[in-house]
Amino acid sequence: MLKKTPFHERTSQLCEGESWLDWAGHLSANSYELDHSHEYYAVRTGCGIFDVSPLYKYHVRGRDAMALLDRMSTRNVAKCKVGQIVYTAWCDDDGHIVDDGTIARLGENFFRLTTAMSLLYWLEDVGFGMDVEIEEVSQEQGALAIQGPTSKVLLQQLADANLDDLKYFRIIETKLAGVPVRIGRNGYTGDLGYEVFMDANDGLAVWDALMEKSDEYKLRPAGHIALDMVRIEAGLVLIDAEFMSATNAMYPIQRTTPFELGLDWVVNLKKSHFIGLRALREEKARGPAWTTVGLQIDVVALEALYARFGMPLILPYHSWTDPVPLYADAKQGRHIGKATSGTWSPILKRYVALARLKPEAAKIGNSLHIEMTVEGQRFTVPATVVETPFFDPPRKRA
Amino acid sequence: MTEQYDAIIIGGGHNGLTCAAYLAKAGRKVLVLERRHLVGGAAVTEEIYPGFKFTVCSYVVSLLRPEVIRELELAKHGLHIMPLLSSFAPMENGDYLLTHADDSSNYHELRRHSKRDAEMFPLFNQMMYEMAHAVKPILATVPPDPSAPGLRGLQDLNLLRKHFQGMSKKSFHCLTKLMTMSVSDFLDEWFETDILKSLMALNGIIGTMLGPKSPGTAYVLLHHYMGELDGAFTAWGAQQGGTGGVSEAIASAARSYGAEIRCNAPVERVLVEDGTAVGVVMENGDEIKSKVVASGCDPTVTFRKLLEEKELPDDLISAIDNFKYRGSSGKVNLALDGMPRFSALGDDASAQCMAEICPNMDYLEKAYDDAVYGGFSKRPFMDVEMPTANDPTMAPPGKHVLSIFVQYANYALDPYDSRDAQRDAFGDAVVNTLSDFVPNIKDLILHKQVLTPWDIEQRIGLTEGNIFQGELTLDQLFFFRPAPGYSDYRTPVKNYYQCGSGTHPGGGITAGPGRLGALEILRDGNV
Repeated sequence: MLKKTPFHERTSQLCEGESWLDWAGHLSANSYELDHSHEYYAVRTGCGIFDVSPLYKYHVRGRDAMALLDRMSTRNVAKCKVGQIVYTAWCDDDGHIVDDGTIARLGENFFRLTTAMSLLYWLEDVGFGMDVEIEEVSQEQGALAIQGPTSKVLLQQLADANLDDLKYFRIIETKLAGVPVRIGRNGYTGDLGYEVFMDANDGLAVWDALMEKSDEYKLRPAGHIALDMVRIEAGLVLIDAEFMSATNAMYPIQRTTPFELGLDWVVNLKKSHFIGLRALREEKARGPAWTTVGLQIDVVALEALYARFGMPLILPYHSWTDPVPLYADAKQGRHIGKATSGTWSPILKRYVALARLKPEAAKIGNSLHIEMTVEGQRFTVPATVVETPFFDPPRKRA
Repeated sequence: MTEQYDAIIIGGGHNGLTCAAYLAKAGRKVLVLERRHLVGGAAVTEEIYPGFKFTVCSYVVSLLRPEVIRELELAKHGLHIMPLLSSFAPMENGDYLLTHADDSSNYHELRRHSKRDAEMFPLFNQMMYEMAHAVKPILATVPPDPSAPGLRGLQDLNLLRKHFQGMSKKSFHCLTKLMTMSVSDFLDEWFETDILKSLMALNGIIGTMLGPKSPGTAYVLLHHYMGELDGAFTAWGAQQGGTGGVSEAIASAARSYGAEIRCNAPVERVLVEDGTAVGVVMENGDEIKSKVVASGCDPTVTFRKLLEEKELPDDLISAIDNFKYRGSSGKVNLALDGMPRFSALGDDASAQCMAEICPNMDYLEKAYDDAVYGGFSKRPFMDVEMPTANDPTMAPPGKHVLSIFVQYANYALDPYDSRDAQRDAFGDAVVNTLSDFVPNIKDLILHKQVLTPWDIEQRIGLTEGNIFQGELTLDQLFFFRPAPGYSDYRTPVKNYYQCGSGTHPGGGITAGPGRLGALEILRDGNV
């Protein structure tokens, strides 16, 4: 049986199609309206409100809290100041990624970790013998992501704190509609946005206060379909799409390293120690086998394929996360990687994908071919390696 | 020193800007001359009342050609079209019809009205899509000239035949019916629910001085089925910030390729030497030289105002003088202090972003009857869009704007004494009619902008206020637009071209004429 989040009483009223996804054992809406378009556009035009309560949440306290998280993370957690959030990955001893997530430093010796997968045993094992107290608070805390251009002005109507002072990837403790909350300026949409954490019992009060202002600030509840489209636009990797956790992988080929995922920027090889460091140093020295890049798919060529069947161009109506073969040439000769997620971006008017490629094929501007099926027949369509994020508005950091 | 350009575009409407962008992208030195203080023509957003932005004339987008979006990279330049997913039509008895983006919801909603129509609706759409798919490639091609002498005419005729080859017999017969019938008769063959028929008939009458029972209106319905949003047939959308944003995006693309855009720069006439255009004369007397000149203005302005009569052959003069404008629609834009509430919907405001006041077919025909001899409909048809349902940029939080397209409004002054009296009566008719369906509307109005066809002509420069630069009836489309033999964007004056909605594929925000005009200019190779 799936668990209900602290917001279920409201979200279930709004979920027209009763279309739910199992997210970490919780009921999580795929979309609220039957058609996800309003939700997608809300994130880029007004703002979307996502119930992200199913995230695993851990409070790590104590004299060695920083040391524990630093030992676990590929990034240098010591550099994370109080009131700051860092995005990081963590690996096993072989340098294979276990998960990614955010660490928020709430006090000198107090951190909050959010993850996609459960991590208590990992934290306890890593912290063995350390002076830390690890508390799993996944169900005690409700979490909402309010994402989109109007998110700041909306939250400012209800927050005690001045959100002008809350910079990108920073977090504050304040009150929202009278409820004690932590507001972090981060998210999974590549847009201006915030994540609000509160005691689960206060969840509905916060939800109601926000929804009260939905017309004024064009706030809409949004589900996974919209979220997946915007995170691809933002060039963000997703567990079980771009990578599989090393702890879930059954076979070596399913494991991935942060370098292969294009997460070089979160790996600090200068650190004296973290789990997987030695393996990652060796990988860096010999060069990773794969890298992850952005692709732009040629829709004119795709349109020509449809025309062969007397059909107009049919674009995917939402994102896909099934792996799709990539070839060096149109004749499907040499396999050079796979596209891991893709979406037609209605905002960008571009068909974009994230892809794992052989490094020699991954230079920006390199052209390759992606498999596309039309009417059950296989073809290839040209695609070009392009910069990510595909969508990166200045307001995100401003 | 006289300024010298490769190409001058007269009129900074969306088509003029598109033409400029394509020419500039091809490396030409381009100048756009716009009479008003802002570009966009009828696709403009203006802050008419402090804090409220009105999409003053045009208000929705569907026919914008995907190749233009792609080739000019308009998304990069600010194109941001949000889909309008529902359409709400209140009836006079308090009931309503609410159509959605998804078939299942439509089925159940229609079934409330008629079990048969609920089943027919997808079949009807399927047939219309099939026809639209067959006819649509025509939108992206220069009209052929089947009357051209010799092989050219035969080739062109063959080209036309090809478009219809893949069509089923049933669809081909249906197409013939569409080209000849009234939209009312055509829909009667399919449906029994009056509100469904009147809601669908709207697309047959928009922008024409014809009623739903006038022959020829069925084809206009098909024209509107050719729109799309990301490949989805017939989907309509609204640009963030109003349709001025579309014009701004095209202007930004044009500038990025090096085009120069000058506002407050009214052109007096085209400078012609020995039958060849060599530049323009501005209203202030300045001359600007150019290798080619293109006009994005309507055919009357393009041929009769910007040129001297001696430059044109008689057949073209008479065709242009007979070209039907007879603007039939006006626009009322409202700044509102709060959320308007349709009594039929109760507290549910979710469906209010697009509402149609067309409670039954006779209502529409009567609205036409009221205006056909002058004046305008006492109870008009209204296409009511509330951009602020989704768009936070057009009004302060909690406030709203309504964009109301109104038909019918006769361009002729009669029976009113003055344009002011006409405008006042028109605005009152709109608000009074709307208040029958939205009881709180009068209390909410902070500001009301009223545009009769005459106002549209004065403000935008569209002859007789026709929003399409000439009616979109079959006799004025394709190789008849704007006149037989002159539909290939060229004119009898060498190096003077047309690129406005008065040419194929016609009105609406399509950017088709601008693109095709530019490509023909480049093909001629004189610049």
